Amino acid sequence: MVVFKKPHALTETPFHYCPGCTHGIIHRLVAEALEALGLEGSTIGVAPVGCSVFAYNYFNCDMIQAPHGRAPAVATGVKRADPTKTVFTYQGDGDLAAIGTAETIHVGARAENITIIFVNNAIYGMTGGQMAPTTLIGQVTTTTPYGRKNDVQGSPIRVCEMLSTLDGVAYAERVSVDSVKNVLSAKKAIKKAFEIQSKGLGLTIVEVLSTCPTNWGLSPVKSLDWVREAMMPYYPLGVYKDVTKEGEQK
Amino acid sequence: MNKVTFKIDLCKGCGLCVNACPKKIVLLDDKQINAKGYHPACVLEMEKCIGCAMCATMCPDLVIIVEKGDK
Amino acid sequence: MSEKVLMKGNEAIAEATIRAGCKLFFGYPITPQNEIPEYMAKNMPKIGGLCLQAESEVAAINMVLGAAAAGARVITSSSSPGISLKGEGISYIVGSDLPCVIVNVQRGGPGLGGIQPAQSDYNQATKALGHGDMHIIVLAPSSVQEMATLTGEAFDLADIYRMPVMLLADGALGQMMEPVDLEAKEKRTLPPKDWACTGHGGKRPYNVVNSLYIQPDVLEKTIIERFKKYDEIKQKEVKYEEYLTDDAEIILVSYGITARIAKTAVKHARTMGIKAGLFRPVTLFPFPSEQLDRLADKTSVKTFLSVEMNMGQMINDIKVAINCKKDVYHFGRTGGVIPTPDEILENIKKYAAVGGKI
Repeated sequence: MVVFKKPHALTETPFHYCPGCTHGIIHRLVAEALEALGLEGSTIGVAPVGCSVFAYNYFNCDMIQAPHGRAPAVATGVKRADPTKTVFTYQGDGDLAAIGTAETIHVGARAENITIIFVNNAIYGMTGGQMAPTTLIGQVTTTTPYGRKNDVQGSPIRVCEMLSTLDGVAYAERVSVDSVKNVLSAKKAIKKAFEIQSKGLGLTIVEVLSTCPTNWGLSPVKSLDWVREAMMPYYPLGVYKDVTKEGEQK
Repeated sequence: MNKVTFKIDLCKGCGLCVNACPKKIVLLDDKQINAKGYHPACVLEMEKCIGCAMCATMCPDLVIIVEKGDK
Repeated sequence: MSEKVLMKGNEAIAEATIRAGCKLFFGYPITPQNEIPEYMAKNMPKIGGLCLQAESEVAAINMVLGAAAAGARVITSSSSPGISLKGEGISYIVGSDLPCVIVNVQRGGPGLGGIQPAQSDYNQATKALGHGDMHIIVLAPSSVQEMATLTGEAFDLADIYRMPVMLLADGALGQMMEPVDLEAKEKRTLPPKDWACTGHGGKRPYNVVNSLYIQPDVLEKTIIERFKKYDEIKQKEVKYEEYLTDDAEIILVSYGITARIAKTAVKHARTMGIKAGLFRPVTLFPFPSEQLDRLADKTSVKTFLSVEMNMGQMINDIKVAINCKKDVYHFGRTGGVIPTPDEILENIKKYAAVGGKI
């Protein structure tokens, strides 16, 4: 009896991602959540500009490709046009926390009933390894060749923590796909985010620590280690906002 | 009998499945090259497979289908 | 003919939007168009519609993209600096073949410029609104009545041709009040929106709204298709008004509020025996090139005078349209200064005298 296969909510198109890039895992988790909740036919996804710009080739639901940083605004337009539909954005750290920061904050402020899948790999992948707003202090990228320095490039942004201060954010959790255990809990978080969206409780965002072997200059397996050893101390996993939990203070 | 099958030509030889398998039976087949030019993942000692799907869970490219034999 | 209502131009746009069945407005405050979001905020809720003030014009135009992709009629309005911010989004909307209406109530520029009326965004609207080979339909109302009528037409044109349509107005038209008949609008048949992202419901393959084509020959094909559409628009959708051009020797070419001032100057000139006429483009894209060229062929016509509230932008399109067959001059005030009929009359006299040398 088959216990594991490609979810129907993913198309047959093979991913273009680099070997070992965990975008592929995250795509699968989103698709598995949509399938489990029977949402595939009533969902519209919004792809960003970045490595996942081609997400419209991979998800088996209506897809829109948005200008860099504007996926949350595009998703707002879709959701306001038809509030009965499920709407998600799939964005990288440059898209969401650099050029799209205002859009990100304001869908939170407006309690927009959309789900944001935020892939944080601390670098710009598509354009060849430049610094991202989530690049760590000391991390070498093509635009921080001597390592990121506070006094020159400032410090990385912790998105979940920032957004958790907004009343309109119903659910904000940071997860990771560096291990089987974490992949399974990431899957639960993504499913929960879609469930909360269906209840119309406000913005839901799942920040997923992810790898970029090519631009980190590490093997796929070593990249998983780097997520644990370098990223997790600065980006602790956990739930930063969950209005469904009673007695949730904030 | 539990079984994993690999869609050979989707594999990019990243090795995350090899790393994830608790029974250490997944390996990259250095005797063959797939359409993408990688050594694809494979399992030789299928009888040791416990059908846990940890390999598939870590696979970024949907290469692996896991079947559990009904005892 | 139903009764008329005294309204501001901005409000006429907003009311006509609601009557066109549009339930979604995304905007951002900027003088001199604020009455539009304010009217929407008051009246959209009454019809189950939405007026959403975005965090920026950039966000607003992308909300428009999303709503249009979902198959809804949608509009946004702004003024000159805000339109510059929307440029990238508009280019995406064109590249994604999505219908929407964009209002530009122009003000003096560049930079923060001023808040008085101007027409210095003509080139931006008709040539350089966003990157890439692209055009959008640009309509130029000249009265509060046309602010309403052309809004209704803009929604139909957008749906028929699946592209953005801009209402290029200005601060004067936006703020002035005139009686307007809100019923006046002929109904056009509209194509279905089976391309929209509404959720495939398991009944059709999934739809994609996208402007990215990584293979150059594929991208080129999509552009060429769009330019065939522009040719069709040039054949079918040109609109203009002519006044006393039959025997005119000098023809003023002017649109929007400036055309009305120019008409007054033409009347004055006629009383002084100068055979002046006015040609008023209503569509700036598609530009009425053939009609101007036909006028230029008339032996009576010696000179064209482009009267614009800018340093001379439409003048270039007039020259191109008539292949410089006749002299083309420009008179304009800019920065928010509105020309007076007398100033225009002076220029009519000046250019009528020297015109027709070649």
